[in-house]
Amino acid sequence: MGAQHDDLHDAADPHGRALRLGIGGPVGSGKTALVAALCRSLGPSMRLGVVTNDIYTTEDAEFLRRAGVLDPERILAVQTGCCPHTAIRDDIAANLDAVETLEERFGPLDLVIVESGGDNLTATFSRGLADRQIFVLDVSGGDKVPRKGGPGVTMADLLVVNKTDLAPLVGADLTVMSRDAAAVRDGRPVLFTSLREDRSAHSVAEWVTSLVNTWKHANAHDHERTTPTTAA
Amino acid sequence: MRQDIGDGRGDGMRDKPTGDAALLLLADSRLPAGGHAHSGGAEEAVRLGTITGPEDLARFLRGRLATAGLVTAALAAAACELATATADHPAGPYGQADGDGNPPDAGTGAGTGADPAHPWRRLDAEADARTASPAQREASRVQGRLLLRTARRIWPSTVLDTLARAVPEGAHHPIALGAAAASAGCDPYQAAMAAAYISVTGPATAAVRLLGLDPVTVHRLLADLAPALNDAAHAACASLIDDVVPNGPAQNGAIQNGATHDGIAQNSAIQNGAPANGAAAKARGSGWPALPGHTAPALDLLAEGHLNNPMKLFVS
Ligand SMILES: Nc1nc2c(ncn2[C@@H]2O[C@H](COP(=O)(O)OP(=O)(O)OP(=O)(O)O)[C@@H](O)[C@H]2O)c(=O)[nH]1
Ligand SMILES: [Mg+2]
Repeated sequence: MGAQHDDLHDAADPHGRALRLGIGGPVGSGKTALVAALCRSLGPSMRLGVVTNDIYTTEDAEFLRRAGVLDPERILAVQTGCCPHTAIRDDIAANLDAVETLEERFGPLDLVIVESGGDNLTATFSRGLADRQIFVLDVSGGDKVPRKGGPGVTMADLLVVNKTDLAPLVGADLTVMSRDAAAVRDGRPVLFTSLREDRSAHSVAEWVTSLVNTWKHANAHDHERTTPTTAA
Repeated sequence: MRQDIGDGRGDGMRDKPTGDAALLLLADSRLPAGGHAHSGGAEEAVRLGTITGPEDLARFLRGRLATAGLVTAALAAAACELATATADHPAGPYGQADGDGNPPDAGTGAGTGADPAHPWRRLDAEADARTASPAQREASRVQGRLLLRTARRIWPSTVLDTLARAVPEGAHHPIALGAAAASAGCDPYQAAMAAAYISVTGPATAAVRLLGLDPVTVHRLLADLAPALNDAAHAACASLIDDVVPNGPAQNGAIQNGATHDGIAQNSAIQNGAPANGAAAKARGSGWPALPGHTAPALDLLAEGHLNNPMKLFVS
């Protein structure tokens, strides 16, 4: 468990470390399905780590381990004591510890994905924990959800509206969702997925790939300039 | 405004600015150091039906404070005192101001002196010896590691760096708490108070969440514990004074030699070899084996049971 490394006390120092991507959203919207899909499509070309935040048990971590999408040891579960949003926003210590444990054991990594426990529309990741974040909604909550806003919907770097295959069954109008989301997101991207049908989440994987590349590029420059020794 | 607190503070610390505000920050449940995910045995007690309402909870908290609470308070006070002494005398017997190339502990022999990490390992071993349940040891180390991670960014200090290096897998929580308290500007009494306070507020909050108890009722229980918290902090500090055999009322019949577990034997040797009138720095730490060591078998069993519960919300 020893994650405390002498030089890691300033977790805010981004030089040379993996991009940290938060994936949040309401209970059951498809966060774990998206993590699995990203592992499937990015695993072959990137060095990955995953941290899950389960409400009860370590269900999501177990699911991902069983799914065989990633070396089980690269998946760590954090327990959140009744308050999933606290662990990703107000008190991120346990999550940071898990992220850095992965980087220490398997690093250098390209991408560490942190899945939050299912929560409400106000739950977003602290910038101290996630460099970028995806908020996952699904259509079954009704097509009014994007209009309701909340920091997850409005501020996330990417909004994913999942389970489009169910739209006809629940009477959700995707055009309405798309229009409402655009209205509150100030130009930030929205992607519609059916992870049931596209098990590698093509469009999202593409977005993440370009994010990771940009991150690496920026860090490579920073790194050369500031620390000529070995990468973290 | 604190004259009525008494004399539980170590000598030589009165000239320091008081750490009252720092104490509030440190004891606040909003301190982002991972504490919110620990129930201190309350979750398992709820599962087993031991805590079902405010009356059970009150008894649980009182028992916890009198045992684990007092022990962690004493350890936190000792850690705070050690941190303060080290900060005051960076080149003293505890070692020079540290540098990155600091050699690892030269060996297991006592009194090596040169390595500032050495006394921290000894004090951490004292905490280990007082924590019978492996599950509790793990929970304590995780919390200590997370607290240190947080404290090193809020109150950066050489002492905290030294402690992190001394126990890389994570120092026990009270040790980290005491060191953090010193770095924040608290004295040992305040460190002890923080430890005692946290030992009951964590489980109380967990019970509110798990059972849907009236939060005001539970806060009333905590307020009722205020005198006991004061007593615990006093007793914790009384046990620090090396040249006095700890025999205050709060510890009557409760002192237990810490040399009950592996790795503590050397401390007994130090204790035996350190006369009360020795150099102050040499004497410091000689009393650690005699710090309170109350056991709480029920808490140990709850911690072990909790570990095996597949449906848990809290880490401990
Ligand atoms: N029909 C349909 N079902 C989906 C889709 N994506 C996920 N699901 C199902 O939705 C359920 C919840 O998916 P998860 O990925 O576990 O959702 P989650 O957001 O991780 O859930 P929590 O972590 O519990 O909040 C599972 O039964 C998935 O199989 C989709 O695109 N279409
Ligand atoms: Mg999930």
